[in-house]
Amino acid sequence: MLFAVPVQALFGQLLIGLINGSFYALLSLGLAIIFGLLNVVNFAHGALYMLGAFVAWFLSEKAGVGYWGALVLAPLAVGIFGAIAERLFLRRLAGLDPLYGLLLTFGLALILQGLFSNWFGSSGMPYEMPERLTGGRALGFMFLPNYRIWVIGVSLVICFGTWAVIERTRLGSWLRAATENAALVSAFGINVPRMITITYALGVALAAFAGVLAAPIYRVSPQMGENLIIVVFAVVVVGGMGSILGSIVTGFSLGILEGLTKVFYPEASNTVIFVVMALVLLVRPAGLFGKQA
Amino acid sequence: MRHAILALAIVASATAARADFTGKSIKIGVLNDQSGLYKDLAGPGSVMAAKMAAEEFGNKIGDTPIEIISADHQNKPDVGSAIARQWYDVDGVDVIVDVPTSSVALAIAQITKEKNKVFLASGPAASDLTGPKCSPNTVHWTYDTYALAHTTGKAEVDAGGKTWFFLTADYAFGAALERDTTAVVKEAGGTIVGGVKHPLNTTDFSSFLLQAQSSKAQVIGLANAGGDTINSIKAAHEFGIVKGGQKLAGLLVFVTDVHALGLETAQGLLLSESFYWDRDAKTRAWSKKWSERMAGQEPSMVQAGVYAAVLHYLKALRALKSDADGKAVVDQMKKLSTDDPLFGKGTIRPDGRKMHPMYLYEVKAPSESKGAWDLYKLIKEFPADQAFRPLDKGECPLVTGAAPAPAK
Repeated sequence: MLFAVPVQALFGQLLIGLINGSFYALLSLGLAIIFGLLNVVNFAHGALYMLGAFVAWFLSEKAGVGYWGALVLAPLAVGIFGAIAERLFLRRLAGLDPLYGLLLTFGLALILQGLFSNWFGSSGMPYEMPERLTGGRALGFMFLPNYRIWVIGVSLVICFGTWAVIERTRLGSWLRAATENAALVSAFGINVPRMITITYALGVALAAFAGVLAAPIYRVSPQMGENLIIVVFAVVVVGGMGSILGSIVTGFSLGILEGLTKVFYPEASNTVIFVVMALVLLVRPAGLFGKQA
Repeated sequence: MRHAILALAIVASATAARADFTGKSIKIGVLNDQSGLYKDLAGPGSVMAAKMAAEEFGNKIGDTPIEIISADHQNKPDVGSAIARQWYDVDGVDVIVDVPTSSVALAIAQITKEKNKVFLASGPAASDLTGPKCSPNTVHWTYDTYALAHTTGKAEVDAGGKTWFFLTADYAFGAALERDTTAVVKEAGGTIVGGVKHPLNTTDFSSFLLQAQSSKAQVIGLANAGGDTINSIKAAHEFGIVKGGQKLAGLLVFVTDVHALGLETAQGLLLSESFYWDRDAKTRAWSKKWSERMAGQEPSMVQAGVYAAVLHYLKALRALKSDADGKAVVDQMKKLSTDDPLFGKGTIRPDGRKMHPMYLYEVKAPSESKGAWDLYKLIKEFPADQAFRPLDKGECPLVTGAAPAPAK
């Protein structure tokens, strides 16, 4: 089987891996930010990704707002929802064991998915691809839909943009400082609780953004986040909990690895990421990019 | 006259008293996917269908009330088996209905035989249920992989699709569907040039479709179901598979899948069903009643099969006046010929297969459709004896007499 795959077909598979990797990267980035800066294991991330796709669907069905509008409005709406959830619930758990945050967000995810599954069933709803991104181009070794090119491009921009904001700007330095020593930072007159709310909102807005990106290619369905979230957690663990660059790089590379598995041993394509996770945890318990404790 | 009425009443009450129903009620357990990828094609809609069948009997037989309960097997054989055992051993359930996901259904068939209860399979597809794994306690109602292969599969082969590549869901159902379709393709002189087994509930099929594309097969056979089929067809559309000259054969596509895909993406797809809500006046009338109670959806063939199977089961109980011996109930079901508004007149064969026609449909183009659920046009009707496997070809021990009868 290994030698039966022509090199050209392999290129196509690598490219597809990269596309799936974009989703992993976008989602794990949000998780990494939230964990790194808030110490919250946000299990609701998959549900909020689903919520993003549903907001896009609602906007197009009920308000006639198309894809491009949804790309801005859905993350905004879900971000606000996240901010409210942070103020109402997560804030009360500050200082407690991270396990409580995990349980809370897991419960939130179950409620959201349950409600949407009840309202919309499991088959999901079709969401139209924007006119400008339909079609594709023949690359010689494969036919690449334009939409997928767009997904890779926009997620690279968003991922590295977010990384730059956190690592290279003043706002980012405040955020990082606040996680090191919140009391000291607030002594400098910075409103730390508000910054935490904004960070959580930003993290979940990234999930919603990925949800809108996914809506035209997959179905807008209540289960769409459920399958993804476990994989994305594995990505975050492999990359190193809380490491922003780690989650981006790992997201893309595990996407490619999964793509290759789909060629050589498709039955294992659901498991390969977890095998890698187990191996990484054995060799480098803090993850590939994590700081060794 | 008054004496006559009195006598009649005495006879009636005597008959009622003789009825031998176990427990306080006739308990029907609908076991299916209530939360995952097969929820819409079975799920709560199947429970509603079972309720509607019970209502036809006034929710009781004689003085014994009919009770319907349901549970979620999550498409996992271990979860399904645990529920079935509890239902049979503790809760006094007499019959388990529906059970999509063939791997779960095969487990339920085994347990049902062990406990001598009744299993009315509507959701599962594997033709093994009436083949090597057949049971005197199972009736397989709606469709099976053999029928799908010999309707959709055969239509594609007849249309000139001689080389095939399979996208197969990696569990009992996918394997059975691929096996049965392969037989049809080979019989017609075609070849299988390759295939991929993908895990159940896969989101991204582009990688598999790319492999199918580079195989240069004329037909890409989708031996999967529900959400997996929807995602495969969407990705095939996006990657220009059909425009590139390859044909997609959705070997098992449900009406709920087509609705979710939208006609723009699904148009032209061939598929087979044993029931379509808009087939005739009777199916429309029943579907309207169902739809009013299910928020405007239309029923799938699985849900229709649950209704018809439960209806026939209750007829058998009414004749037998007992549900104590599961095998005897199924024997009675086989003895009575079936007749219901959704599948018409039919029979149940000794191997447990329900016989009725299958219909080959083509998905309409958006311009042909008059409503959100106006999705199919009829291409061909396959009579039961052409659609389903001949009785002597199934290797069912009940027919061949190969294995001894099950222990009492």
